Amino acid sequence: MKFAIALFSAAHAPSSRRALLFAQAALAGGHEIVRLFFYQDGVHNASGSVVTPQDELDLPRQWRTFVTEHQLDGVVCIAAALRRGVLNEEEAGRYQREAVAVAAPWELSGLGQLHDAVQDADRLICFGGA
Amino acid sequence: MPRSLLIISRQSPWSGPGAREALDIVLAGGAFDLPIGLLFLDDGVFQLAANQDARALQQKDLSANLQALPMFGVEDLFVCGDSAAERGLDPKALSLEEAQVLTVGEITALIDRYHQVITL
Repeated sequence: MKFAIALFSAAHAPSSRRALLFAQAALAGGHEIVRLFFYQDGVHNASGSVVTPQDELDLPRQWRTFVTEHQLDGVVCIAAALRRGVLNEEEAGRYQREAVAVAAPWELSGLGQLHDAVQDADRLICFGGA
Repeated sequence: MPRSLLIISRQSPWSGPGAREALDIVLAGGAFDLPIGLLFLDDGVFQLAANQDARALQQKDLSANLQALPMFGVEDLFVCGDSAAERGLDPKALSLEEAQVLTVGEITALIDRYHQVITL
């Protein structure tokens, strides 16, 4: 089955951890993930600026490793990311900000990518919504 | 046939960016001419309360964007009548006239009609 996964909660939320576990289980079960889309506070999961205490799970790092290893399409909503200060180098340059928080494998793009994934996938699975 | 998507908007307009960001998904879907529906549920019905003054909270008004939805090709608008009544809002006096007032039972059927659902 082709899954699209949308994540709306911050990196420290239990739902973000569940999203990663689901994504790992989907691939392990032989399914395909057409896209991960991080929206609202979910954009923080793509941030390289999060520092997790040593005895806690470093979720942004785990997401990064997971997406890189499986060469997944990881999209961070650009409008949600700008609002929360999660910029890549290009956007930091555009808005003259010093802090660059997100880089490859993540791509900053628009909400069209969410709709595109909805059209492409058999199932959209959401985590961390209201 | 494109897949249909229902957005369930459950957050009050001024509790954070949630309501606006739910609306942005709807507007983007409308721009791509996709079959998209929007349901106001639970605290989301507060987005349709009449005579809001966003300026008092130093926020941008959301209701003008909501009024523009049919213009952006989003005509499948729904509101949970029970959610409104529970919050002291008259379901017949909400600010989005185009929104169809549904009972909880009708909402179950509504969700079944859509391929995918996002609740925000």
